[in-house]
Amino acid sequence: MSVGAPRSLASSGQKPIAEILHPLSAAEEQLSVTVGGDKEAGLTNGTPVETSSPASTSSLLNRLQLDDDLEADIRDPYAEAAETRDLFVTVDDPKKHVSTMETYITYRVSTKTSRVEFDLPEYCVRRRYQDFDWLRIKLEDSQPTHLIPPLPEKFVMKGVVDRFSEDFVETRMKALDKFLKRVADHPVLSFNPHLNTFLTTKDLNKRQGLALLSKVGESVKHVAGGYKLRARPAEFGAMGEYLDTFNQKLGTIDRIAQRILKEQSEYLTELREYGTVYSSWAGSEDELRRPLEGVGGCVTTCCGALEDLGDGMSQDILPVLREYVLYIESMKSVLRKRDQSQAEYEGRLEAAVLRKQEDRTPMPLEVEKCQDKVECFNADLKADWERWQSNKRHDFKQLLTGMADKNINHYEKCQAAWESLITLLQDKQTEDKTSETN
Amino acid sequence: MADCGSNEEVAVIFNTDITSTESENNLINTMVEIGATLLRKMEINVTEAEKRTGKNTVNMQETYTVYLIETRSAETVPEGGTPTTPDTLWRRYSEFELLRTYLLVTYPYIIIPPLPEKRAEFVWHKMSADNLDPDFVERRRVGLENFLLRVASHPVLSNDKIFFLFLTEEKEWREVVLETGFQDKVDSRLKSLSAMFRVKNPDKRFTALKHYSDELNSVISQLLRVRAKVADRLYGVYKVHGNYGRVFSEWSAIEKEMGDGLQSAGHHMDTFAASIDDILEEEEHYADQLKEYLFYAEAVRSVCRKHELIQYELEMVAQDLVSKKQQKEELATGTVRVFSLKGMTSKLFGQESQEQRESRLAALEQSTREGEETLKERNTECQEFVRTAWEDIGRFKEQKDRDLREALISYAIMQISMCKKGIQVWSNAKECFNKM
Repeated sequence: MSVGAPRSLASSGQKPIAEILHPLSAAEEQLSVTVGGDKEAGLTNGTPVETSSPASTSSLLNRLQLDDDLEADIRDPYAEAAETRDLFVTVDDPKKHVSTMETYITYRVSTKTSRVEFDLPEYCVRRRYQDFDWLRIKLEDSQPTHLIPPLPEKFVMKGVVDRFSEDFVETRMKALDKFLKRVADHPVLSFNPHLNTFLTTKDLNKRQGLALLSKVGESVKHVAGGYKLRARPAEFGAMGEYLDTFNQKLGTIDRIAQRILKEQSEYLTELREYGTVYSSWAGSEDELRRPLEGVGGCVTTCCGALEDLGDGMSQDILPVLREYVLYIESMKSVLRKRDQSQAEYEGRLEAAVLRKQEDRTPMPLEVEKCQDKVECFNADLKADWERWQSNKRHDFKQLLTGMADKNINHYEKCQAAWESLITLLQDKQTEDKTSETN
Repeated sequence: MADCGSNEEVAVIFNTDITSTESENNLINTMVEIGATLLRKMEINVTEAEKRTGKNTVNMQETYTVYLIETRSAETVPEGGTPTTPDTLWRRYSEFELLRTYLLVTYPYIIIPPLPEKRAEFVWHKMSADNLDPDFVERRRVGLENFLLRVASHPVLSNDKIFFLFLTEEKEWREVVLETGFQDKVDSRLKSLSAMFRVKNPDKRFTALKHYSDELNSVISQLLRVRAKVADRLYGVYKVHGNYGRVFSEWSAIEKEMGDGLQSAGHHMDTFAASIDDILEEEEHYADQLKEYLFYAEAVRSVCRKHELIQYELEMVAQDLVSKKQQKEELATGTVRVFSLKGMTSKLFGQESQEQRESRLAALEQSTREGEETLKERNTECQEFVRTAWEDIGRFKEQKDRDLREALISYAIMQISMCKKGIQVWSNAKECFNKM
């Protein structure tokens, strides 16, 4: 944990955009940062960029390597800031609570930080899913121009899925951990006071009560009244198109993965029976008994390895795919809001221009406010989009290499089993030969 | 051990307790004999298959496959010399069947090597069940060659003239075989094989062997059935992965930095999906090895049944002899212990004359002597059968243990190869993912 200089709150929408160099826009300048990690002198605001990065060994190594993989490094923002992070959060330790009214799970949320916004350097609180949901809603409402990471699915069919099974709880916990880490790594969202409350307050319930009441009021604020969008800037159109296609592809990948799981499970059923036939054959043989038992044993080992592969896929791979689908949903809604705020601005501008022509009043403040809002929105969104893209790249790289690893691991286990069988069988052969000649 | 009840005079002796030294000797003798089998002198191959059309026995057009048998002298060719051109002839499957039936009838105490299956069985989804399918024909060719090699390396069967002619005499062979008159024996033997008869004192060893052959049949059938289902499922798993190839390719089109990595990974997924075809084709060879022993189990059972028949006939002859002797005794002593028609009629219609009695006694004497001769012959026949059969059974057991162990080892090697391929493909894909 490194100690950094206190940073000013990167707020948006308080000054005209032209005056502040948006903290996130420095992302473009990052591309020319050398591997050594020296920052360019051109950042006028003195606000170092903090791009998120899980403090992984590989990103640290990347930073230390001086000649290999320069290209990847330059494009990978993770190479930066790994050591400049000052807010660390973790979600772990699930516990079941049984009360007269309900049964639910809580998770331990641990925080370590050097930020002045926090009174203490460490915190430890217990939260339940409801609390995470509350946080997300607050973030969405208070930072409408930013992309908020998604939560794992809220509703689970009670009859279908066991909400208290180890696997389900484990999967959900990992997703909540990821959510919180993404928020904590976001240069704007991580300074949100609601996050602070979430991380520090012992008893969140009291605040929640108030939150639920005000939730309705805040979201109404952003419904623009029936303005039609004239011209969506090309880049946002491209974003929308990308999200649609990406969503489609993710859906396909999810279906393929599920189909593979199904086929593998059917294969496993047959393979189990296959193994037992060898064992039963062994019972009626003498010389062949051990080889046949050996084959039966190998098949059983392969069954176990296959089971592990299937479990790994459904616990680690599929949930992440689904999470991204949710992410895309929330991003599309942010894009829609952006469109709406642009439409509102255009509408008001048009009305103001007409009025100006009639009675020469200056541009109303309202219109200027709208313009600012739109421009802020656009800038925030663009910056968030870039970070989302690089997060996505990282996440999927991890996901897919993880999938490859699981498969490799599965085959390695099977290969080892069969190789030891051959050794056994061939040893016996030489054993028999020597006893024959004796 | 056929014991005809109380009468020791007709006790039949079987050597059921072969000591281990004796069985070892049998083995060594057999191995020495292998050196003298046909295979030492002659190289046999079934090299080709061809489609023919012709008129069959009911004068209808039919398409069938013929196989080319090549034989040449097994003398080693001097260095730099060209191998001698082989003698060749064409045979179709039905001719192989005819040869095998001949061998079955002529050597009832031998476990006759089986032919490859007539129709494709234990087929998994993608495999063809069509007899004219090239893959099936190819596997059959291998099976037929295997059959010929088995017969040619058998210490007893390899010396058979008809077998030799099968390999050397294309046109005349059919006539020669039929001339041996073995077909008459076929009918009676076949009838006996399916008939239900009870042997009074079954040979424990043969009973145990028959039981074993039934178990072997049952377990290998089950194994082949399940293996086919496993192959089916595995095929499905691999092929679905091919879909990743397409979707990665489509996805890569909308990505900038990730595009190349995704695209190449997609290619590896396609490779993965395609690899299953070769893997399963190789496994068919293993299935064929198992099938051979499935059919061998049938051949073993058939030897047991033939022994039962011989045993039964022996018991019948012995029984008949006992009855004749008893009749003779009654006639001589005048007591009626056993019911006989003559006895009854003489009671009803009065005693027969001394002349009549003496002529009947003489006839019975004759009959008894003939009966004793027959019994001796049958006894010898039975003993010979048992001796030669157990020799062959010992040889078969050794062969079976050896062959099946080899088959299991090669199956394990196939599995290892499949695992290695899988690791290779996924490692390649992982490299591509890392470049994303």
